[in-house]
Amino acid sequence: MATKLKEVDAVIVGLGWTGGILAKELAEAGLKVVALERGAMRSTDKDYAVPNIRDELRYVVRHDLMQNTARDTLTVRNNPTQEALPMRRLGSFLPGEVVGGSAVHWSGHTWRWTDMEFKVRSLYEERYGKSFVPADMTIQDWGITYAELEPYYDKFEYTAAVSGKAGNIKGQIQRGGNPYEAPRARDYPLPPLTPILASEMFTKAAENNGYHPFPRPSANASQAYTNPDGSKFGPCQYCGYCQRFGCEANAKGSPHITVIPIAMRNPNFELRTHSWVTKVLKDSDGKRVTGVTYTNVLNGEEFEQPAGMVLLCAYAINNVHLMLLSGIGQPYDPVAQTGVIGKNYCYQTGAGATLFFENRHFNPFMNAGGSNATIDDFNINWAFDRGPHGFVGGYNMAGGFNTVLPIGYRPVPRGTPQWGKEWKAATAKWYQTAMNIGASGSVMANRYNYYDLDPTYRNAFGQPLMRMTFDYKENEHKMGRHAAAAINAIAKSMNPTRLNEATARTDPWTVVPYQSTHNTGGTVMGTNSRDSAVNKYLQSWDCHNLFVVGANVFPHNASYNPTGPVGALAYWMAEAIKTRYVRAPGPLVPA
Amino acid sequence: MKDEGLGRRDFLKGAVVGGAAAATVSLPPNAEAQQGASPAAAPDAASPGYSFLNLEEAAFVEALVDHMVPADDLTPKGTDIGINIFIDRALAGGWGKGERLYMQGPWKLGLPSQGYQLPLTPAQLYRAGIEATNAHCRKSYGKPFDRLDDKQREDVLVALSSGKLSFDNGLPARVFWTTLYQTVMEGMFSDPIYGGNRNKAGWRLIGFPGAIAVHRENVEKYRDKKFPADPISISDMS
Repeated sequence: MATKLKEVDAVIVGLGWTGGILAKELAEAGLKVVALERGAMRSTDKDYAVPNIRDELRYVVRHDLMQNTARDTLTVRNNPTQEALPMRRLGSFLPGEVVGGSAVHWSGHTWRWTDMEFKVRSLYEERYGKSFVPADMTIQDWGITYAELEPYYDKFEYTAAVSGKAGNIKGQIQRGGNPYEAPRARDYPLPPLTPILASEMFTKAAENNGYHPFPRPSANASQAYTNPDGSKFGPCQYCGYCQRFGCEANAKGSPHITVIPIAMRNPNFELRTHSWVTKVLKDSDGKRVTGVTYTNVLNGEEFEQPAGMVLLCAYAINNVHLMLLSGIGQPYDPVAQTGVIGKNYCYQTGAGATLFFENRHFNPFMNAGGSNATIDDFNINWAFDRGPHGFVGGYNMAGGFNTVLPIGYRPVPRGTPQWGKEWKAATAKWYQTAMNIGASGSVMANRYNYYDLDPTYRNAFGQPLMRMTFDYKENEHKMGRHAAAAINAIAKSMNPTRLNEATARTDPWTVVPYQSTHNTGGTVMGTNSRDSAVNKYLQSWDCHNLFVVGANVFPHNASYNPTGPVGALAYWMAEAIKTRYVRAPGPLVPA
Repeated sequence: MKDEGLGRRDFLKGAVVGGAAAATVSLPPNAEAQQGASPAAAPDAASPGYSFLNLEEAAFVEALVDHMVPADDLTPKGTDIGINIFIDRALAGGWGKGERLYMQGPWKLGLPSQGYQLPLTPAQLYRAGIEATNAHCRKSYGKPFDRLDDKQREDVLVALSSGKLSFDNGLPARVFWTTLYQTVMEGMFSDPIYGGNRNKAGWRLIGFPGAIAVHRENVEKYRDKKFPADPISISDMS
């Protein structure tokens, strides 16, 4: 029997970027807040320090900062006719499991998603007609606009120490920035990172081909920085150990050095680590939630934490899982096309080429998380006519490096033996003389890509695993072919000694190898309760004191990394709770 | 079968001989002062013995890593840089025992897109895979893998890696190969703290500087220039 604890104003499930932002904001607004985090406390001083943090085997290969699949995982399949089987170890994506969450081990790429995403269905139908969007492509408008979110993007960028070059300040196009970005009120808080050779060469080649390269905006502090909350950042050391590592220099925008310590100094806030939330509790009429149950994973003891508000801030997949386990909202059914919980799971796609230059020295071990140059000419550039190519969405293309360490990265030209003297000689020759050009592509929602509860497999708490049904559809195959051709054209214009050409991805999605920790959808936001789980303030349509924040609210996935809008939406939601909800609890948007 | 045992004992004897002093060299933070060490430098630790592998498995792994990483002027051979020791320690440790691996049934082979689905820990997979590979070698050549000549070893590895070989006992050969290959690469390129990459031979091969702390000034200074790395490991900085 669970021990019932004293009620608090708000309970936060998961303490990463979103939980950290809400913990700070709500505690400062005077609310009594408790955060329950399944992972342990880790700190820069003790855990992310040199030399031990410089360990590819431990952090990249053995997933030291990641969710432990022995305890909880998902089952996976490509379509509903297959039998889903458990993802027995991590591969394709890597949810974090420590205080700070995946925001400890991210690379810091921080984008502003625009109305091209938020109004995706309206814009495509307006321009290309209703029949351009395939019948099984369940994209929808998000119910929010870029203009509404702009101040919150700004707040997140200044909190997280984003380095970059503005491309559009209040409508004025800025040289050297991204000309396609939506207007911003002001520039990034920090200038761009120092370019590396690979990003310089890509920049030049992209310009020669008529495109518009710019340095990728990243929460890697290009200089020492103090953010508006007083959190201090050291300058990025270009150490080459960014993605999947905690930052020893405190140069990466992470909640464990910003919002979380501020919340922890506030007497209104309490953090309980090793606390695994198993269920969100509803009251008898199902109109409100009353708190959560959780297990102390150090001893198995169960607790009930009553709360006036429940904020789900776990990794995107785990937020959806908790909603399904708690029976909140109607589960999605792809056949009847009813229900919303689990709907519109999306991922990302990509293509990449490796270019070998006999007389160049790329020093691939010197880079920041965001050491690349990017073009958006095939992404948020609406002048890029999708009509002849027949796909919805887009891709950004980039040249550079991010965390390419030698267990995982030893490029050789195709056809090189995999072992022996010839392999060794090729590895020695090309490791420092190769660079990559890659594309990251959007994935549009599809009727048959979704989550539900697995009928067979269970986690360590005896609960059904989440079942993920996902594959790339023809829309993504078409985009992949376009991206591969565009990459290869730029690559060839650079005259490499050897080239491993990019190829379009048309095989089924697989759980190995690593692809991207950008899982989106499942509890999507929208304008009405029929086709979305939460309103524009990320408030549950079913239970008005339940908020769900994370990439799980995205109705589809763009080509960009998701953390920009995730952070902005957390601030946007915090503002709505502080200024409106606590004064008059109830639906913030009429159902 | 008799000479098999003799061969393996000879192998083991050879592995014990020739260990130099085990102390690792501490490098100053400025690696430039230390450039130019020979890539084929002598192994810096005596063979420390096996914790998981039995005699037959040790002979297999030693033959495997010496075939995949032969000695030349780029690196010493696999056993001289401790790849066999790395593998033994990895199999004996948490990873080998299935730490972080979801091990609940029911067990189905599934589709390639569904990833690893065997009811085996990595150590159990390794053990069963070596047994099955040696059974194949005995059937085809009359002796286990470690007694094959170079050409025969090459043929076995090509068959394993290309999916042409299937095991009589039902173990999926490609799954075994994937693990085998990955562990050899880990043993060559992970930090020497795990027993492989001895004297940082894998890192010297490619010019990877290792656990270096800062490159902030080096990005400009070495743009399009070779960085003169004498690699630094975790133990060098501890």
